[in-house]
Parts: sequence; structure tokens; C-alpha cells
Amino acid sequence: MEQRGLARLRLPGLLALLAALAARTPRVSASGDLNLWPLPVSLKTTPRLFYLSPGNFFFGHSPTSKAGPSCAVLQEAFRRYYDYIFGFYKWHHGHNKIPSEMELQKLEVSVIMDPECDSFPSITSDESYTLLVKGPVATLTANRVWGVLRGLETFSQLIYQDSYGTFTANESNIVDSPRFPHRGILIDTSRHFLPVKTILKTLDAMAFNKFNVLHWHIVDDQSFPYQSISFPELSNKGSYSLSHVYTPNDVRTVIEYARLRGIRVLPEFDSPGHTESWGKGQKDLLTPCYHAREPSGTFGPINPILNSTYSFLSKLFKEISTVFPDEFIHLGGDEVNFNCWESNPAVLNFMMNKGFGKNFKKLQSFYMQMVLDMISTMKKRSIVWQEVYDDEGKLLPGTVVQVWKMGDFYKELENITAAGFPVIISAPWYLDVINYGQDWRQYYSVKPLNFAGTPEQKQLVIGGEACIWGEYVDATNLTPRLWPRASAVGERLWSPQEVTDLDDAYRRLTRHRCRMVRRGIAAQPLFTGYCEHEGRM
Amino acid sequence: MAGSTLRFSLLLAAAFAGRATALWPWPQYIQTSELRYTIFPQSFQFQYHLSSAAQVGCSVLDEAFQRYRDLLFGSVAFRFPHPIEKRHTSEKNSLVVLVVTPGCDQFPSLGSVENYTLTINDEQSLLLSETVWGALRGLETFSQLIWRSPEGTFYVNKTDIEDFPRFPHRGLLLDTSRHYLPLASILDTLDVMAYNKFNVFHWHLVDDSSFPYESFTFPELTKKGSYNPATHIYTAQDVKEVIEYARLRGIRVLAEFDTPGHTLSWGPGVPGLLTPCYSGSHPSGTFGPVNPALNNTYEFMSTFFLEISTVFPDFYLHLGGDEVDFTCWKSNPDIQAFMKKKGFGDDFKKLESFYIQTLLDIVSAYGKGYVVWQEVFDNKVKVRPDTIIQVWREEIPVKYVKELALVTRAGFRALLSAPWYLNHITYGPDWKEIYLVEPLAFEGSPEQKALVIGGEACMWGEYVDSTNLVPRLWPRAGAVAERLWSNKMVSNLDFAFKRLAHFRCELLSSPESRHTPHP
Repeated sequence: MEQRGLARLRLPGLLALLAALAARTPRVSASGDLNLWPLPVSLKTTPRLFYLSPGNFFFGHSPTSKAGPSCAVLQEAFRRYYDYIFGFYKWHHGHNKIPSEMELQKLEVSVIMDPECDSFPSITSDESYTLLVKGPVATLTANRVWGVLRGLETFSQLIYQDSYGTFTANESNIVDSPRFPHRGILIDTSRHFLPVKTILKTLDAMAFNKFNVLHWHIVDDQSFPYQSISFPELSNKGSYSLSHVYTPNDVRTVIEYARLRGIRVLPEFDSPGHTESWGKGQKDLLTPCYHAREPSGTFGPINPILNSTYSFLSKLFKEISTVFPDEFIHLGGDEVNFNCWESNPAVLNFMMNKGFGKNFKKLQSFYMQMVLDMISTMKKRSIVWQEVYDDEGKLLPGTVVQVWKMGDFYKELENITAAGFPVIISAPWYLDVINYGQDWRQYYSVKPLNFAGTPEQKQLVIGGEACIWGEYVDATNLTPRLWPRASAVGERLWSPQEVTDLDDAYRRLTRHRCRMVRRGIAAQPLFTGYCEHEGRM
Repeated sequence: MAGSTLRFSLLLAAAFAGRATALWPWPQYIQTSELRYTIFPQSFQFQYHLSSAAQVGCSVLDEAFQRYRDLLFGSVAFRFPHPIEKRHTSEKNSLVVLVVTPGCDQFPSLGSVENYTLTINDEQSLLLSETVWGALRGLETFSQLIWRSPEGTFYVNKTDIEDFPRFPHRGLLLDTSRHYLPLASILDTLDVMAYNKFNVFHWHLVDDSSFPYESFTFPELTKKGSYNPATHIYTAQDVKEVIEYARLRGIRVLAEFDTPGHTLSWGPGVPGLLTPCYSGSHPSGTFGPVNPALNNTYEFMSTFFLEISTVFPDFYLHLGGDEVDFTCWKSNPDIQAFMKKKGFGDDFKKLESFYIQTLLDIVSAYGKGYVVWQEVFDNKVKVRPDTIIQVWREEIPVKYVKELALVTRAGFRALLSAPWYLNHITYGPDWKEIYLVEPLAFEGSPEQKALVIGGEACMWGEYVDSTNLVPRLWPRAGAVAERLWSNKMVSNLDFAFKRLAHFRCELLSSPESRHTPHP
């Protein structure tokens, strides 16, 4: 069983042993008629069937569990999954007389260690679980509540309605844990505003696919919908309109909704480029561009030469580090256009004083360094887009680099990990770029570790993210464009690397998509066919 | 609060800029001024002119008045009191509709006149049209002229519009075989079609993948050929509902039953209909196109199309005829014998022609006209001179522009679809390419150009069902709609972008929450 990520993941004894045992048995072929997505590490099932009756089934805590009815994460999840399993079907009566030896009456949940019921999930959260489906009591065992959440999703996927309408599950034994600890979806709420409802719906779908990070690219050139407590003018002037704003309460709602599903919320405040909308509410923040020795009236990236810039950023990021509980903040740093800096005499003068010559990358590094230092004094860690590494910023050890440029991204992975930095892969997973046909196959077939490097280097790949940038996406088309294409990335990041059979994936994903549709997610079809329960979106 | 004042005036500016330029598709002739009239939802009414041939009781217009009232004012009419704002604006409390030719109960047809004039000035507020169909188009335009100030007051500006379509056939194809579309999706699509002045719903009902049309003469077709015979079918009632819903919006329903290829789903319900394919000297267990060598086939088609001719009131039926794969026919010894008997040699196109010609004779005997895909023309099937050929292939055997020239030179009427396969998607604003297509940009005489009766946007269903249909279709199909309605000269992309972006938001924000196109 490979472990990865910042050398901090620990799989405690019992689960590690089970996982090790499981690792020896072949997995993919065992999936049979099951519709699990993503596929677990190890799955054994028998033809023996158990039946569930909606009126006589419940989720409960094992007497030995460290978590009990006061654990909100679990209580909420029990209610949710009861609905996913039974709520969307018409209940058929008359088949409720199930012989007791064939009935599954309870899923008993047992948390072995401190359950972390009131914590936020983190990069090191333990999501492993074991699931034993048998009658009359099935058991789900995990070290933490996060593993229980993943196991409940799997359990719900094991139950199907037979042709008489009876809820049925095969006797099964599942041992599971994620391949990568960082499995994210990037949403962009600046190019188009996404209503909170849409974000919550996305979190639901993420949980169905065992994603655990919502990368919230919250602001950009086009609009600044984040309502800051310290700088309310940023959204007052920089949002599309006053109704296109995320209030502090909206943000809390998203974070808590995500937490209950074991999903981290990673905020991105991209700078110094991609900041046009910041300028409207914060005077003198952006660099004035010059044309023929006169200010042209347009603005460029954040002005890196003013002290006021850094005192503003320090206050803003202080707020952000409090509002968003995650250990990481994404600082962006991509696609900085140097034209405006080049045109500005004050910037040129600053460059000369600092001895940067004509190398504007050094100016960018100077800026990023200031911001990175700021973040580390706030006891937070930084994620940056690959340019920040490429441009030789002196990154603090532990800074995570996100690779997004498609051209030879394997080489980039090799370089970054050789330099000892953890990486997140996004390059092959820009889902906003659409094509005719089954492009999920290409997302699915990506091999994240297929670069030259030592085992230590490979350990530094902490995961990946599917990105749905917002230029052509808003609430009208987000969901069908994202799902089930992102599901392909979901399985790539969760399941063992040998799980690569496209035919089997197609079969399972077709059914998984119908399951999402039934649960209210307007996931689009993979190809010709149908769902028993068509979407009424 | 300098900030909020600024925001306020910006909104106001947007509203001003938005009002006259908000039309989609753009009318043939329009003159508009800054002079505006206030509309009070409580007192506003649509009225029939005393000398109108259509009066209260005209289903098409009565329903349309109701619909547009809801679209324009929704429930707000009863929530808001009269605004206290006093300006130098006078009030318009009605739109008077005058239809010249009687007829509210018939179906729209290829020959329907959709012209209208709309006059809003100090003296009158009049919508004048030859037929009820024209009145429907004018009502849509009128609804797009009304705008709302930030304080919530409704206005319409002094306007003169004289409008008519460039092409009489402006269609949209939906495919309910590759994926079943719930009735609600189809009806919603008809609504949005009306907003875009489309007038033909080309219903590609059945295909290889499934047979959702419930036939009352051959119920086994759906029982065995649909995805699920209880839920994934269109009953006779469903079909009636679609036809009537479309009629009330001035939209024809052109039903397609594609043969002899694309018919795998027909096979299970009608044993013997499809050609058994052979592997060596034995049947392989798989099936090919409809078997053209058997009399039974034609007896079946005769009965089946009698039903179809009755169920679908439009003069035209679409008979398909595209992409016939000859491999299976070639493998079958009975077909080979039939070919020999008929003297077709090795030319399977002749066999295809034989089938199609027999089918066309059957259908014309029922008093119907027909549309076929271009292969029927390409393969030189002898067809009646009034056949309509639908051009769908972009490059092969010839570029579609060339194909249009060939079809019209042979004297046939043509429909263009080749550049408008909206199921094909790419990253970015592909509506521009769709928009810039010029249907008459081929070499030919004026008489030839006159034979192009319009075009269709096609949304094939391989990757489309009710989850993604709406955002994939709209507003991209809107680009086709304007190309087919508006004057050829209306082709400025910036002007189109402004209006289309506005129109999209209009669709999203109408009180009845019209529908949800993608950005």
C-alpha cells in the first residue's frame, strides 16, 4: 500500500494490515456487475444476497465506536445516505416479509481513533475505511469520520433495487483508501458568478465521486464577488452587481456544507496578475500603465513597488486566513503580463534600485516572495501556479506547486519534484475545454506518476484537480459540463493505478452517471443510451 | 456614497442601451426613437381590432396573449402599485391586433405568411398581420421591445417595424432515439423556438438505438424497440400534445421515420423486416437495413405510413434515406438473387433507389410531400420534382455549398443543415461561425437560389439528453434562427453579440423564467 503526501499520512496498524492483505488480491476483475465509482482498493463479493427494507433499516454507532450521536458529521451523513438509498425510489410494498437470515437491518459504524467530528478535513485526513456487508448487521470501520463518509458513499453504491423493487446488496468485503490525498475540483466564480446553490450542488456531486477539495478561484480580472470584511469596497465596486456577491455568511455556508462531506475549501486569491477587478475598490493597488510618458488610464498587475500594496495585502490575507479554515491558501501567481510594468517609469526606477536590470521575472519573484512570507507568518501554507516555480522564486520548502500548462507537463512534474516541492496536477484536466465525443477517456487515461523520478519524487505528487474555468460556464451549464467528465478524474485520483480498463470504466461510469442523475445532479450522458430514472432538471 | 450613485447610473445606461438593440432575430425594417411610453401591467391588455378577422375565441391568439402577458409581467402585475414616478411619458394600455385573413384552427404550413407590421406611436399601438402566424411573430417582437427601468416601470419606445422572414423553413431537429427526451424537454424547446421565430420542429423520432414512437397499428415496435416500454415512449396523446403545443406557437412538426438504414430498433418488433446478415453461407444473427427484397416489407411500410400520414398533420413527412450501409445486403444470398432478377448487377445504389422509390410512391399516394436526406439525391433516386432535399454533409462527396448548387440546378428545393450540426461542440464562441454561414453563397441562377427554402439546426442525440440539451442548444441555435429570419445584410458580429448576450439573459430572467441557455 503506497502512502503519499508530505510524509505525514499515517495509516494506523489495523487498517494498514488489512490494506496490505488486500493489495495482494487482484481487484479490477472482481467488480463484476457492481457499479462502484471510484473503484475501491480491494473488493470481494459473493453471490449471496441480503435484502433491505426501508422501514426496517438504520445506520447506527457501534458500542465501541469513538463517535456517537453527538457527532454531527455522521448524523447528517446517515440522514443523507438513507435518502440516497431509499428516498428516490418508489417503495414497493408487499415484499417486506424478508426472512431474517437474509435481511440487512443495520449498518454499524465504528470509528477507532479520535473521530475529528468537529474538525475540518485537511491534507492529512485519514479517509481509509473497511466495509463488511453481511446480515443482519453490516459494519463500516474507519479511523476517522472522513473514512466513514467515504465508506457510506460506497455502501450506498452497493445497494440496488431488483426487478421486484426489493433493495438488495451482495455480501461484500471492501478495504479502501485513496491513492492521492488531494483530489480537487476548481470552480471559477469571477468570469461568471455561481449562485451558492450551484456551489452546494457541486459539493454534493463531489462527495459522490470522493473528491475532497473545492478549489475556489473566487476572484479574477472580471469580477470580485468575495465580500471582504476589511475592504468592503472590493466587492461593492468590483463585483458584477451587488447581488453577485458572496457574503461572509455565504462563505461560511459553503465551508460547513463542504466539511460535512469531508471536503476542504481551498480559497484562491490570484495575484499579482488577474486582478483587474481589485482595482475598482482599492485605489492605487494596480500599476498605472503609461503610453508615451503619460498614464494611459489603464491598469496592469498589482503595483509591486509600493509599501501600501503590502500593507493592504497583509490585512486582506489576514482576513482570508481567518475566514477560510484550511491550512492552505492558493496565491495564484500565473500569467503575469509585464507590458504595463515595463511602461511605468516608477516601476522602472524601482527595478534599477533593486538591481533587477530588465528582468521583470525578478520583480514578479520579489512580489511573490513578499506575499509568500506574509502567508507563512500567518501559520498558513501556500499553493501557487507553476509560473512561480518556473520563474525561480525562492519558494519556502513545503510550498505546493500546481502544474497547469499542457506542454510536457511530465517534464515539469519531474523538475518540480526534483527540487523537492509537492505538486498538484491540473494540466491534462481542464474540463472547460470541450470537444465532441467521449473526452472522459482521455482524462481517465492520464498517468499522474508517469515521469522520470525517484520514488521520493513520486511521493511529492499529492494529487490533482479538474478545473472548470468560467469563461463559457455559469449556472446554466456547469453541472452537465462538469459531470460525469470530472468523475473520470475522480477515479484516477482515488483508485489504485492498475485500475485502467476503459471498457469496465465505461460500464460503471454509465451507471454512476444515472445514479447521479437520480440524486438530482444533471450529469450528461457518456454516449447513446438511457437511465431508468431520467433527469427532470 | 459616490459608489452607489455610479452603479445606479450605469444600470440606467445599460437599460437605455438595451431597449432597442434587444431584438433577436433582427427585423427586416425598424425605426425607433427615444420617445417612450409607460406600460402599466394592471391595465395593459392585448386586444383584437374591431375589423380583425381573428376575434376572441381564436385559440392561437387567445393563448398567445395569455402567454406573453405572463412572460412580460409574470406575477408582478399584482404586486406593484402604480409607480409614483411622473415623467413626460404617455401611457400605452393596449396592443391592438389586426389579422386580415381568417383562420385560427388550421395548422401552419410551408406556405404560411408570417409577415407583420408593428406600429407604436402617439396615435396607435397596432400589430397588423396577414395571418395569425404573422401575429405570433409580431407578439414575440413586441415582447422583446418592452423594457424595465431600475425602479421597475415598464416602457416601450415609439417604434415602427415591418418584418417578414427571409426563408420560410426555419427548423430545429431533435433526436429522441439516441436518448429519450421527456415530453417536458420537447415542449420547453418549442417555447424557446418560438422566442427565436423558428417554425419547424423536425422530430427525428426513431433510429437504430430506440423506437419510442408508440404505433397503434404496430404496438410491438415500441414494446420491443424502446429503451423502456413503460417510461421511454411517446404515446399517441404525447404526440398530439406536441403537435398542438407547436401549432399554438406557429410551429410545424415534421416527423422523420428514417429508412432503410438507421432502423435496428424496428427489427425486434417486426420480424422479417430487417435484412439478415450472413457470415459465409450462414446467417450471422445480426441484421442490416430494411429488407428491400420482400413484398412483406412494402406491405408493412404501406400500413405504417398510413398511420403516420394520419397522425402528423403536416403536408411533409421526412423519410430519411441517409447512410445506408451495403455490407449486410451484399452478404445476403436472397438479396443477391433479387439483384440479379432485377438486373441491378453489383450496384447496390440501384437497390437502395428501388426501395426509396417504392416508399415514395406509397407516401405520395397518401397525399403527402416528403423531405429526404441528400444521399437520396446523390444516389440518383428518381423522385418527384417537388421533393425537398436536406443537405447535411459538410465535405463529402462535395462541399455543401457545391451540393446546394447541384440540388437546385436539378430543380429540387433544398434545406441546409450541413454547417449547423449543433451537437458538435468546441471550446469558445462557436456561435460566430454558425452565425456567419450564408445559405445562398453558391454559384447559381436567381431561380436556383429561390429553391433554397431554409435550413435546420440539428441536435443529434449521441451525447445529448435532458440533462444537457438546453444549454447545448441555446443560444447557439439562436444564431441559426437569425440567419434564417433576418436580412442577409445583418451579419455584424459585434452587433449580434450584444443582442444575443442580452437575449440570453432575457431568456433567463423573464418572470416565468423562460429557459436556461449557456453563456
